[in-house]
Amino acid sequence: MLLLQLFFAAPSAAGAWGAEVIHREQSLYQTILVVRRGDLLCLQFSTRQERRNQSCRDETDPDRLVFGYTRMMLAALLLNPEPERIFMAGLGGGSLVVALTDLLPEATIDVVEIDPAVVDVARRFFEFQPGSRTRVIVRDARVFAKRALREGASYDLILLDAYGGDYIPEHLMTAEFLEEIGALLAPGGVVVANTFAHSQLYDHESVTYRQVFGPFYNLKRNDSDNRIVLAMNDSLPPKELLTSNANRWRGAMRPLGVPVASYPRALTTRIDWDRDKRALTDQYSPANLLRERPR
Amino acid sequence: MNAPSNRDATGPPADEQSPSPAKAATVTVLAFSGGFVIMSLELLGGRMLAPWFGSSIYVWGSIITVFMLALALGYLVGGRLSLHGPTLTRFAVIFLCAGCILGPLALAAEPITTWVFDRIHDPRYGSLLAALALFVAPTVVLGMISPYSVSLLVRVREESGKVAGTLYFVSTIGSALGTLATSFYFVLWFEVNNIIITLSATLLALGVAAMVLDRVRVHGG
Repeated sequence: MLLLQLFFAAPSAAGAWGAEVIHREQSLYQTILVVRRGDLLCLQFSTRQERRNQSCRDETDPDRLVFGYTRMMLAALLLNPEPERIFMAGLGGGSLVVALTDLLPEATIDVVEIDPAVVDVARRFFEFQPGSRTRVIVRDARVFAKRALREGASYDLILLDAYGGDYIPEHLMTAEFLEEIGALLAPGGVVVANTFAHSQLYDHESVTYRQVFGPFYNLKRNDSDNRIVLAMNDSLPPKELLTSNANRWRGAMRPLGVPVASYPRALTTRIDWDRDKRALTDQYSPANLLRERPR
Repeated sequence: MNAPSNRDATGPPADEQSPSPAKAATVTVLAFSGGFVIMSLELLGGRMLAPWFGSSIYVWGSIITVFMLALALGYLVGGRLSLHGPTLTRFAVIFLCAGCILGPLALAAEPITTWVFDRIHDPRYGSLLAALALFVAPTVVLGMISPYSVSLLVRVREESGKVAGTLYFVSTIGSALGTLATSFYFVLWFEVNNIIITLSATLLALGVAAMVLDRVRVHGG
């Protein structure tokens, strides 16, 4: 009984931080919360405070990307400034899709989201209206990637943002999955992943990316607990090219609040993880257990 | 036979009333191991199908459905087999068969699952067919263990319920531990295929051990 009370008390606990729960839904995959905090309308995939991997929309300034990691993912445009075909795994509140549509109106975007309830919430609460060049596909990202590969599809930009919430889909973090993603990349294509900056998972995941793609750019910021991986099949572009691409995007990204000029210096290929950790594979992928282990 | 406690004047001959403690212990250990392997394999099934069909609830639905169907069939076949003079050696053959089928699964899983993935686009029916192809054979054989183990230990009708209950208890405890050990520890330490090969080797070793014990008992007892 006490447990039940604790369970139902969770949303009002959020109220203690000045938040109001607008919508609460237990979908097939997760707890979905839509929460209002002042002018911010946020999507949360967990009731646990430390795991609020979320997407927020500032209702007074809807263009602004509220969260650090969504801004950081746009650093991919410094590596490949004109992607025409984009594949995004994980919709969230849709703010990144909206930003990409604004920045790249000619690009086609395939958004793959496993949870139909998330698509529904994005439409109902976050004014996510996919344009004519955006396809929203309700499917497991791994299944989609494997099928797309067999159909000969290729993408200039692949965004992996499917690790939010309480449970990490472990089959979306393995070397085999990343090899499939790499095979889907067109020449000059970029994969950008929003992943974990803490726990032993950081080491294992870094080893895995390094094994599949070789050196990759890592992006960590003080204002975000996440880290962004930017990887390519080809060799990474030099810093000078990143800087010139940053200058090119500066004006367009200003309304989104993306500090794009600061990214070239922040991107690093430095190895700051334990190189002896095992790579994650389809045979060995205890991501959720590793995430609980401090470094 | 080593059942001195039953050698009183009024009772029936000892080997008709109850099996020797050594035989009872062997059958009990085997039943426990059978339960352990079934659930360990079922959990690994989720891992094996996820790269092709995801890890959604319907993938688990496919796996559980196939295990239940295969176990049901195994119970039926195991019960029938036990009618033809059940011996520990024949029981051990079930373990040898299960071990022989399970080992190659580690190698066959990828080509079989790929074959299914290329032909069936709906991940629900794809995962169901892949689970059928991969797990029916080993699970049917593993399902034979429970009814056969009951036939080895039951000597009088009045005790049949108690013997069956004890064996279900032991094999279900095995299943619980197989589930826990696999999901908490094995996947953190070992690769999926290594776990499967170890399960297979364990079944083979248990089968051989039971055969040896049966020989020693028959010739030395």
